[in-house]
Amino acid sequence: MRFATITSPHTERPNSVTWTMLWVLIALIPGTIAMTWYFGWGTLINIVFASVVAVTSEALVLKMRGRNPIPEIKDLSAVVTAVLFALAVPPLLPWWLTVIGMVFAIIVVKQLYGGIGYNPFNPAMAAYVLLLVSYPIPMTSWVPPEMLNQHALSFSQTLTLIFTGSLPAGLTWDALSMATPLDVMRTQLDLNFTLGEIKNSPLWGDFGGLGWEWVGNWYLLGGLLLLYKRIISWHIPVAMIGALVVIAMLFHIIDQDAHPFALFHVFSGGTILGAFFIATDPVSACTTKKGQLIYGASIGVLIYIIRTWGGYPDAVAFSVLLLNMAAPTIDYYTQPRVFGHERSSHD
Amino acid sequence: MHKATSVSNRKLFHFHGGLHLPDNKSQSTGDPVRKAPIPARLIVPLQQHIGEIAEPLVTVGERVLKGQLIARAQGYISAPVHAPTSGTVADIAEHLIPHPSGLTGLCVVIDSDCRDEWIDLPEPLTSYHNSDPAELRERIRQSGIVGLGGAAFPTSVKINPGPETWIKTLIINGAECEPYITCDDMLMREHPQRIISGIEILMHLLKPERVLVGIEDNKPEAIGAMREAAASSGLTGLEVVPIPTLYPSGGEKQLIRVLTGKEVPSGAIPAKIGIVCHNVGTAAAIADAVLEGKPLISRLVTVTGEGVKTPANFEVLIGTPARNLIELAGDYTSKISKLILGGPMMGFTLNDDAAPITKAANCLLAASGHEAPDPGPATPCIRCGQCAAVCPVNLLPQQMYWYARAKDLEKTQEYHLFDCIECGCCSHVCPAHIPLVQYYRYAKTESWAQEQEKQKAEQARKRHEVRVARLERLEAERQAKLRMKKEALAKKPAAKKSNDADGADPKKAAIEAAMKRAAEKKAKLTEQGVAPQNTENLTPAQQAKIDQAETRRKASHSATTVTDTTESQDG
Repeated sequence: MRFATITSPHTERPNSVTWTMLWVLIALIPGTIAMTWYFGWGTLINIVFASVVAVTSEALVLKMRGRNPIPEIKDLSAVVTAVLFALAVPPLLPWWLTVIGMVFAIIVVKQLYGGIGYNPFNPAMAAYVLLLVSYPIPMTSWVPPEMLNQHALSFSQTLTLIFTGSLPAGLTWDALSMATPLDVMRTQLDLNFTLGEIKNSPLWGDFGGLGWEWVGNWYLLGGLLLLYKRIISWHIPVAMIGALVVIAMLFHIIDQDAHPFALFHVFSGGTILGAFFIATDPVSACTTKKGQLIYGASIGVLIYIIRTWGGYPDAVAFSVLLLNMAAPTIDYYTQPRVFGHERSSHD
Repeated sequence: MHKATSVSNRKLFHFHGGLHLPDNKSQSTGDPVRKAPIPARLIVPLQQHIGEIAEPLVTVGERVLKGQLIARAQGYISAPVHAPTSGTVADIAEHLIPHPSGLTGLCVVIDSDCRDEWIDLPEPLTSYHNSDPAELRERIRQSGIVGLGGAAFPTSVKINPGPETWIKTLIINGAECEPYITCDDMLMREHPQRIISGIEILMHLLKPERVLVGIEDNKPEAIGAMREAAASSGLTGLEVVPIPTLYPSGGEKQLIRVLTGKEVPSGAIPAKIGIVCHNVGTAAAIADAVLEGKPLISRLVTVTGEGVKTPANFEVLIGTPARNLIELAGDYTSKISKLILGGPMMGFTLNDDAAPITKAANCLLAASGHEAPDPGPATPCIRCGQCAAVCPVNLLPQQMYWYARAKDLEKTQEYHLFDCIECGCCSHVCPAHIPLVQYYRYAKTESWAQEQEKQKAEQARKRHEVRVARLERLEAERQAKLRMKKEALAKKPAAKKSNDADGADPKKAAIEAAMKRAAEKKAKLTEQGVAPQNTENLTPAQQAKIDQAETRRKASHSATTVTDTTESQDG
């Protein structure tokens, strides 16, 4: 009897890219629910809309590249990019900015470099930064968390606002939007308020921004799921949050009035989302374990530097992109010791 | 039974990565090992080992007896081959052999006469303790024993580490870490005594301080049996050590690491750090050869997988076609999809079940489509690093993959391509389903080919340099001669004058003049590119050959002078 020959190993493969991406999406569910709970329907609408735009862009560009779009769409990586983007932008972001962001992320940042696996930068973060630099006002107009929001919009009101820009009768943008806690912290510190004064604001929760801190916790839950499923390793998130905590604590000890405590940094803005879901994007991150520690810690330090002395209140996206650039070099210099390549200690 | 699994208090060590795989061993351990019947026709490959192919000593039509030497080892790293049963040599020809690419190899085909008649075996060396180690080694070498763990490296080489190397630790590999394979397990359960006898012989040969038998802890029966046999042998320094089940703990370097904490240096053999490692099956074969005089003509083979009806272990004569074993295991089921020789991780698929069992064949895995699915199309690498996490050698498989794909062989070697043991862990976990190991095999073969090319080029360069140097030397010598001649000529008139009184020797002058003419003529010819030919006293046949060569040379483009001749004369 004759048989087909294939190369070893001859096993059922336990992993697939689609499953990896699916687990990332599953792990984002708690955070997404929390975002929707605290900041309204906008986030959900953005997620769905961004996903549609991302998948359409991907199909289109793959067709233009003369490839079958089905396998690459099926790997769900475009959806992950879209969801991460939608979670990072303000919930009431006008639809056309989402379109610009997704087209840029998928076509320019991802596919023009060769598609999945070849992009040097994290597509969601590149899109975020493009919009932040180009459209700073809509990109920083957040809504207040649910407990402070006196004008919570209904689903249809949110939908109308995002896609037509028309506000519900009798409401102005000012009444709807509110700066993020990081933004407030910066502005007030710049105005020489002390931390104690700033913290009296109703915007503050137990350890971070009101609402924000809980979103962070739910992201953390998803991140732990990814760790448990071994989709990511602990190196990048631990190094990133660890470095941020250490440096924040250091400055907080030096000057308690001018530098917020460490937990504020961890539970505000995109730190947790960034640590578990964005900095860990395998394609654009470091791959050696030692490299991942350096990579993560550098992102943590950069976040602190940019938040404290830079021009933007949050800095996850910038820091991740900067370290994306450095990743190949870090990998090169952090190759592990190969078995048998150094005299091992004798017993 | 629980006692058997009890952990030894020996400190064990870890290697990086590794995989916990479903071991799928229980399917084939239910029944005791059965002796496979003698097939009507055996196909015995002459290359069943690493090294030089064995040279056949029999002719077609010759009757051979069981255990008769039918091919002798050629060179140091080689192994002889013996007739597995008595019968007639039907053919000595290329035949399908177990090979990843389905290649053929030179085989001795024996039609069995069903009498299974032994040749007169050499005397058992039961009192080998008093005999010369060299005699023991020779017996083992003449018995055709090779490593039965799968690599089939001639055992005689491994038991002769040389006078400068002191083997401190002898490791006996009973790990059997590949899923599905159980032949070592069954051997340890059923014949621990033979293994221990083999170990005793190895201890006599290598004089190690300690012997560690490493067995994965998913084989409690084997551990129990081996411990019992070890205890009753009374051998000191011998310890049966259960090790955690983790693929690929049975890899030689991995097992050494687990048991001793030492790492065999890259590119070196274990003997370099005072360790030698033998498989349990090899130890048993050594016992058979020394204590009974029996050469290696059979081995245990696991036949398993969802593709056969009744998985089991068989004692199989070398040269038995795989198909016969499948029949013994109840024939194929409808689920059969692939036939794998070896385990699922490192085995290779056979394209035809007519291929014979060799000394290296430990398992015939008739895999269903579920057990060994067709790999889906590979998608781009997402650099997730799962491959690096499981690599037992701590390589960066993903980086090597990029460079192998880019055919940047130098870079693959910078990333230590040649430390890869091809265990398949990286391919197994790759979410993009990239056949990583295949890329490394490709890069290795390409590198070897390039290395050979480089060596050839290097040799050519050296030859060229030597040739140029020689030409320069010849030229310098010629110039020197000419100069001397000129000087001699210039001196001559003066000498003549002074000699006039004595009366010059006209004969001498004439000879000198003739020699000078000859030298000048030679020089002139040299300049014209005609070589001195040393063609006196030739037979007509030789002359004809020379003429042929001359014509060829003229035809060839290299028209350069004397020197070509010198070159060819120098060989």
